[in-house]
Amino acid sequence: MASNKKYWRSVEELNEDSAIVKALQDNEFVTEIPTDEFLGNKGALESSSTTRRDFLKYVGFSTAAATLAACEGPVVKSIPYVVQPHDVVPGVANYYASTMADGFDFANVLVKTREGRPIKIERNDLSENGGSANARVHASILGLYDKNRLTGPLLNGAGVTWPEFDTAMAQKMNEMSGKDIVLLTQTFASPSTSKLIAEFTSKYPNIKHVVYDTVSCSGALDAFQNKYGSRALPDYDFSKAEVIVSVGADFLGDWQGGSYSRSYAKGRVPKNGKMSRHIQFEANLTLTGGKADKRVPATPTQQVQILKALTGGSTSGLPENIADAVNKAKAQLQKAGNKALLVTNLPDVASQTMALNFNAGSEAMDVNKPLLTRQGSNSEVMNVVNGVISGNIKGLITVGVDPVYSLPNATEFAEAYQKLEMSLAFAIKQDATASLAKMVAATPHYLESWGDAQLKKGTYSLTQPTIRPLFNTRQFQECLLQWTGNSKKYYDYIKETWTASVLAGGSWSKALHDGFTTSDAEVMMETVKPASEGAGLMEESTSNGALSFLTQEGGYDLTLYTSTGLGDGQQANNPWLQEFPDPITRASWDNYLTVSAPDAEALDLVNKHVSNGALNGSYANVKLGNVVIENVPVIIQPGQAKGSVGLALGYGKTAAIQEEMQTGVNAYALYQNFSNIQKVSIEKASGMHEFACVQLQSTMAGRSEDIIKETTLEIFNTKDRSVWNSIPVTDYDHSPISVREEKADIWSPFDTSIGHHFNLSIDLNACTGCGACVIACHAENNVPVVGKDEVRKFRDMHWLRVDRYYAAGETFKEEIETLENLPAFDSYKVVEVPAYENPQVAFQPVMCQHCNHAPCETVCPVAATSHGRQGQNHMAYNRCVGTRYCANNCPYKVRRFNWFLYSENDAFDYNMNNDLGRMVLNPDVVVRSRGVMEKCSLCIQMTQKTILDAKREGRPVKDGEFQTACSKACDTGAMVFGDVNDEESEVLKLKKDDRMYHLLENVGTKPNVFYHAIIKNTSEA
Amino acid sequence: MHIPVTNKKLYNQQMKKVNFIHLRSKLPLLLLVFLLTFSTTIYSQDAAADNAAAGGDVAAGEALFKANCAACHKLDKKAVGPALRGVGDKFDRDWLHKWIRNSQALIASGDAQAIKLFEENNKAIMTAFPALSDADIDDILAYVDQPKAEPAPAAAGAAPADGTAASGGGSVSNTLVIGALALIFLLLVIMLYLVTNTLKRIAEANGVVYEEKEKGTPIWKAFVQNQFLVLVFTVFLLLAAAYFGFGYMMQVGVDQGYAPVQPIHYSHKIHAGDNQIDCNFCHSSARKSKHSGIPSLNVCMNCHKNISEVAPETATEEYSKEFYDGEIQKLYKAVGWDAENQEYTGKTEPVKWVRIHNLPDFVYFNHSQHVTVAGIACQTCHGEIQEMEVVEQFAPLTMGWCINCHRETNVNLATNEYYAKIHEELSKKYGVEKLTIAEMGGLECGKCHY
Repeated sequence: MASNKKYWRSVEELNEDSAIVKALQDNEFVTEIPTDEFLGNKGALESSSTTRRDFLKYVGFSTAAATLAACEGPVVKSIPYVVQPHDVVPGVANYYASTMADGFDFANVLVKTREGRPIKIERNDLSENGGSANARVHASILGLYDKNRLTGPLLNGAGVTWPEFDTAMAQKMNEMSGKDIVLLTQTFASPSTSKLIAEFTSKYPNIKHVVYDTVSCSGALDAFQNKYGSRALPDYDFSKAEVIVSVGADFLGDWQGGSYSRSYAKGRVPKNGKMSRHIQFEANLTLTGGKADKRVPATPTQQVQILKALTGGSTSGLPENIADAVNKAKAQLQKAGNKALLVTNLPDVASQTMALNFNAGSEAMDVNKPLLTRQGSNSEVMNVVNGVISGNIKGLITVGVDPVYSLPNATEFAEAYQKLEMSLAFAIKQDATASLAKMVAATPHYLESWGDAQLKKGTYSLTQPTIRPLFNTRQFQECLLQWTGNSKKYYDYIKETWTASVLAGGSWSKALHDGFTTSDAEVMMETVKPASEGAGLMEESTSNGALSFLTQEGGYDLTLYTSTGLGDGQQANNPWLQEFPDPITRASWDNYLTVSAPDAEALDLVNKHVSNGALNGSYANVKLGNVVIENVPVIIQPGQAKGSVGLALGYGKTAAIQEEMQTGVNAYALYQNFSNIQKVSIEKASGMHEFACVQLQSTMAGRSEDIIKETTLEIFNTKDRSVWNSIPVTDYDHSPISVREEKADIWSPFDTSIGHHFNLSIDLNACTGCGACVIACHAENNVPVVGKDEVRKFRDMHWLRVDRYYAAGETFKEEIETLENLPAFDSYKVVEVPAYENPQVAFQPVMCQHCNHAPCETVCPVAATSHGRQGQNHMAYNRCVGTRYCANNCPYKVRRFNWFLYSENDAFDYNMNNDLGRMVLNPDVVVRSRGVMEKCSLCIQMTQKTILDAKREGRPVKDGEFQTACSKACDTGAMVFGDVNDEESEVLKLKKDDRMYHLLENVGTKPNVFYHAIIKNTSEA
Repeated sequence: MHIPVTNKKLYNQQMKKVNFIHLRSKLPLLLLVFLLTFSTTIYSQDAAADNAAAGGDVAAGEALFKANCAACHKLDKKAVGPALRGVGDKFDRDWLHKWIRNSQALIASGDAQAIKLFEENNKAIMTAFPALSDADIDDILAYVDQPKAEPAPAAAGAAPADGTAASGGGSVSNTLVIGALALIFLLLVIMLYLVTNTLKRIAEANGVVYEEKEKGTPIWKAFVQNQFLVLVFTVFLLLAAAYFGFGYMMQVGVDQGYAPVQPIHYSHKIHAGDNQIDCNFCHSSARKSKHSGIPSLNVCMNCHKNISEVAPETATEEYSKEFYDGEIQKLYKAVGWDAENQEYTGKTEPVKWVRIHNLPDFVYFNHSQHVTVAGIACQTCHGEIQEMEVVEQFAPLTMGWCINCHRETNVNLATNEYYAKIHEELSKKYGVEKLTIAEMGGLECGKCHY
């Protein structure tokens, strides 16, 4: 009874008669090889000037030439340093702590460098309050090696030197004296930069500093400022909350800076029979909604009322099921007392104030040490935009922001911007704003810069350069120092600031080594204080004005969100992130309108799987006032609240971005008044969009219960393991025996008791599907990017994928009851259809399972894949001849085939096709060639290095030393890697845990990767 | 140093083999040069011995000079300190005793001459040598005050001119003799032919008739007609072709003996052999990294800042002292060292060495595993490197070669804590005390290929 829940991956699978699903299940190649295309046309074949004999001659000649050429070895040059830096040993990686702070993502990181060249970003696990290293942070390394970067400062489009630029700037500032100039920047959260800007604006009093967060948190900031006086965001510790109710807040995604997955996961792993209860009311299906114990689809209009009801109002007017859920949630919140937490993403100040007031007594909210990673104020930014358009503002300096791209009225703004007397853009690339600016100051990547940041009050972080600037760039702060006549370098300036205040006698070297320090010192931070600057700038806390439009009749509630891959769009030119499949929709290289099934039917919007399983979708035009975005591809999203639609920001960039990466539509045009909730009208447009969606790839062939195991906290606490996590049985001598018994095997077992034996544990309760592991794996293992067309053909090369499964039943119990009371044949439709409106979601990272009885090994004709004593399934690329038998025989479909040469090939013009981009390659892992099978190696280069380090130092390996790229990247602790032959190891404890199960265990592959079953807290009281 | 995995731009160049320089023809000349050199050396030493009588023991002085002074001073060239030849004549001997024993004290005492000297030499502080006695210093001074051995370089320089002429003459006469002989032989052949012809005509004129020999089946025809022989021969041919073909194919890409010409003629024989410098002294990263590391040029300069020329006895028949000195100059050029002014110019030209031991990209090899953990001598894989004037690839570097060693070599388990547990378990399993690398899992594909 336990896991008889039916999971499915795609809506198409619910269609019993789907020919495509059938075809995908039965055939590996659903489409015939199109021989007709090149053999069918007889005329063309005959008229060809190359005869068969000529062809054979060419083949013969080139074979002979190639053979002869191959007999001579190449001459390889080795060029040593002239003067070797004393801390660089060729072949040994150095790690430096640093901090990423691009205005959207803030995180303490470790930078891995080889021979002075950064090659990977890792989580800084020393740091507790240092943000979270999500997929974007891990991928940010590619931004350093982006060939579209600016290579030097520009004056009116022409390249100049920095002294020339400085002279021009001084001249300009003289001309502009007395005229209004605005310094429009990202949030720096940096004490030194604040101080520097204050010095700059006191030298030029006509300059006003305004902070512009591309994705605004202004409502929450205003609410906090009204209540607590400082402009900041409350910090939450979700592990301290027993009941979490979220109204639209995707706190596992990018909500208010988003670094909550770690503390959330801590409270979600059952400990002593207890775990937190999480209820989510939301419109779009988000990561957070997917992890919730109970998810209630609700449009933003309903969310406003839900929030009011939860904080004391009435539920009248809400649909019955929502009203019921709200009442139950309210009761649970009350019961939890100060261990309850209510969060919301409604953008208005009133809603945010309600949540703030509700949480005032909660242990989980911290207002004394709030987050400083968002500072922008909508009204201030609006004033600037209006000032530029009206001509009151004569000059604009932008730093780290791209208003011409990201403002809702960008066209109007761009026109006015070009007419400004002074336009100076600090930019790393010639983005939309920089390409219109008269002066462009080329800035370095954060891996080439010095910097500091106060992410959370009292936690100070440092950014240090890990490579000399690749181009002729100068960071914003250095420019300010120059322009304020300060001869110091920014490094000295930071050090001075820190020694004077932050460090309070502590060690600068230690802070630099750790990347951060904590201190109670109060540091002057320039904060925007709109409240004191006259009426009308900040919304009243009681006003609900921002959302009053929601009461209008008709139309759809649009919720704009930031996708896990691209975020606010700063890294749109990053091929890793473009190819990163969205955790929910599993689509890459696109943004799209998510629509609920009933709405899609009403609007005649369709999603169709074509013969090879790829997804096609209708186009729709989205209209908001005068703004129309045409041809937005549509994905019909299970779980989308009826009457609501969703669209991701950050796509549709066209400036300074290579053609392949110019994907999606620019949704900022709909971001009116910086509100993520809008009322739009939608109409169908002609044509079908081709998605690169890996959703229906590798079907489950009806084996879902051996893939995801799930139960409720109640059953977990009260019933025996065999009830909810039974071990599959097989027949032996006409009696059932466990598949774990030795005689159930036809293979003789490997002796795994000697030496190291690696296992990887993945806790599905703690996994939030964030995908940081996917990007970390890309960076560590030189995984190629294949592009949209290839992904559409399911030729993506991800060694590690995070599968997303949908399941029937609003709650687990409900599903069981329904199933039990129905005749077997009816159960399918009856259970699936309501679930379609609100499915349960499960995330499951799947990589090579490193089977002890690996089906791939036995079928390889050249023994290219073989078993290692340490538990890893080895893959010798140079031995592989590309028969792909192994991939066909793999029950987990984790082997990826190199259909093409993906490096130095103009057809795949991504980072591996240019000298700059190839600098990111990990020299310890070979770049695979065409025609070779590849797969996860359990990061054997890392385990071997750990072993060698121990051997060299003559000591045993300690637990925790063994890591893989994914386990190292995992912020929530869902992935734990280690040696099960080490009695003390964490992974051994996890292996003995009751929740442990193997993927498709009945197949008898005996994997070295194991999972922990999902436990959901379904208690309603 | 590190070649990026995908950087194969250099692959299209052809492999270059070293040019063996045969000097046999120049042997007499070199002998002559040597004789001259030797004799002049003897002459100069005689002169030195004469000198010694004047002040001190030259031989003892030389030893002391090399032990104490040579790090900073040279006889005829400025190094860190000034050139020293003839210094005993320039200064008062007592003053010199004081100066050498403790120059700083002398300067502090306000000695005008000392202060002047100190300032002339950029205020470089000279190490004090309180342990040297007056006699020792006199010995050193006797050594440094020897007149410069002028004739030696002159003779060495003059000799090649003579030699070339002489050896050139030799080869000319050889060719001449052979040419003359060939001409005589040719004449003889022509004469013989003419004589036969004449004789034949005479015989014909005299009516002599020759008997015609009856022709049998030619041997090749007989062979073709014998089918058995043809079959056997064909089979043999095919087998031989297969055998040699296989042998040929197996050596494709095996560059054993590869000894390319390097941009700087660096002699491992001089450094590791004659001077017994430990390999790890320069290839320090071999102990802690996967790369042995070609030393960066600043490592060379640790010694070569002071060693700007080789000793005369370093020169060999093949490579003259001038040749080696020229190679050191190449180093100076590359690292940007101005030997005249003893300073770095900042203009550097990194040396593009030709890589000799070149594993394919898909093989992972780690030096530190072999050098530090296993304690394997460098020579095991690189050959008697200390005897190689020009380094060549000693081992075939094939997979079979790696595997063989892994099969045969016992792991050094005794002193390494890491192996304690695994050793105990494995020796129980195999019932042996010693374990080979293969038994430890050293033959698994994934240990070297990832």
